Amino acid sequence: MIYLDNAATSWPKPPEVLEAMANVLEQAGGNPGRSGHRMSIAAARVVYDAREDIAQLVNCPDPLRVIFTENATYALNLSLYGLLKTGDRVVTSSMEHNSVMRPLRDLEQKGVKLTVVPCASNGTLNLKEFAKAVTKGTRLVAIVHASNVTGTIMPIADIAKIAHRAGALLLVDAAQSAGVLPIDVQAMGIDLLAFTGHKGPLGPTGTGALVIGGNVDTSQITPLARGGTGSQSEKQEQPEFLPDKFESGTPNVIGIAGLGAGIRFVLKKGTASIWEHEKRLIQTLREGLAEIKGVKVYGSPNPDGSVGIASFTVKNKTVSEIGQRLDEEYGILTRVGLHCAPAAHQTIGTFPEGTVRLATSVFTTMDEIQQTLKAIEKVARS
Amino acid sequence: MNGVILFHTTAMAMKAEKALTRAGYQVRLVPTPREFSSDCGIALRFTVVSKEAVIEVMAKNGVEIAGLHEL
Repeated sequence: MIYLDNAATSWPKPPEVLEAMANVLEQAGGNPGRSGHRMSIAAARVVYDAREDIAQLVNCPDPLRVIFTENATYALNLSLYGLLKTGDRVVTSSMEHNSVMRPLRDLEQKGVKLTVVPCASNGTLNLKEFAKAVTKGTRLVAIVHASNVTGTIMPIADIAKIAHRAGALLLVDAAQSAGVLPIDVQAMGIDLLAFTGHKGPLGPTGTGALVIGGNVDTSQITPLARGGTGSQSEKQEQPEFLPDKFESGTPNVIGIAGLGAGIRFVLKKGTASIWEHEKRLIQTLREGLAEIKGVKVYGSPNPDGSVGIASFTVKNKTVSEIGQRLDEEYGILTRVGLHCAPAAHQTIGTFPEGTVRLATSVFTTMDEIQQTLKAIEKVARS
Repeated sequence: MNGVILFHTTAMAMKAEKALTRAGYQVRLVPTPREFSSDCGIALRFTVVSKEAVIEVMAKNGVEIAGLHEL
């Protein structure tokens, strides 16, 4: 079997991830921050260590500004609903996933002014056009770091300058880039970084985080959920301090343990070397696909311009037929369709049919890429 | 002296534990003593020469404390 659906969720996970999760069940089974006994403290330590690992991964100076969530979607919703009020202006791109687009369309109905800046058909953003849309007084710029359809990487540091010049905060959806691309929230000027734990960070599903930059006034962000935090228990109102303000209810300790172990694996390898590896794979894949008769590849032609994602279609064949044949005849697992990003598919001209998406991970090998190219060639021919 | 430091949140207690351990102090996480706070969480017990030394380590590492009591 060749697993090329890593943009949906990465597989396999490092053995350390499984060990860390089993260890919580066996040794650290208490509720973190609720009781004061040794198992509660052990669980709290597991959660805090993962906070530090995430802070290190993205160069966030304060681990308490790392907010655990169940996925990137929750982190994005927390940022968007927490920050935007009627009359606020928000600017985004036409390459966004529905985890950004659906909350924004809903907020638009509620009186938030939304501008969606169209991207080119190869998924790239025109910075001049974007800067024009980010007018003075804009509250927020929300942008994907790397498209889940084409892999296209957005110029985050340049977008941050545009946002900050207008007085806006920058929210980055790093679902496809965290754990793969080097991310430095301070150097890149990212105010809010949302990511999921089960893709590049190699953790389990049900984990994610929102990293809040040091310049963000968190009194301006309303929590999505309120409840027990183990702190200020004498009060019936939600505490204002971090991370408790945004983390109500018992957290996913087992998942967070796995996420921490996944991130430590990534830190040991280094995102620079992970990206270098995936870049080689995806370049080979893109070039090979482009040579197959009837195949069209989407996305940026720039070899540095994409994470390990390649989307393609085959002339006179449906994407579902290709996906099914690759699975059943060759054991190659892909994802077909719209990838929860209708706006991105409209941008690249593949709506509503969608594409076949191939996505690599740190564990994908060049041999698997070569085998996949051979299989696609055969499927495209017959 | 012996003392106990209280925190608003467990995460901050963890941060303090790491900072004080790194600075070479003997510390131990314990259930928050009820006489000082009604929080359900944990506090940090320490044994040091001076209260001021502990406060300095806290300040240096960006640890906010909710209270410090001598025992």
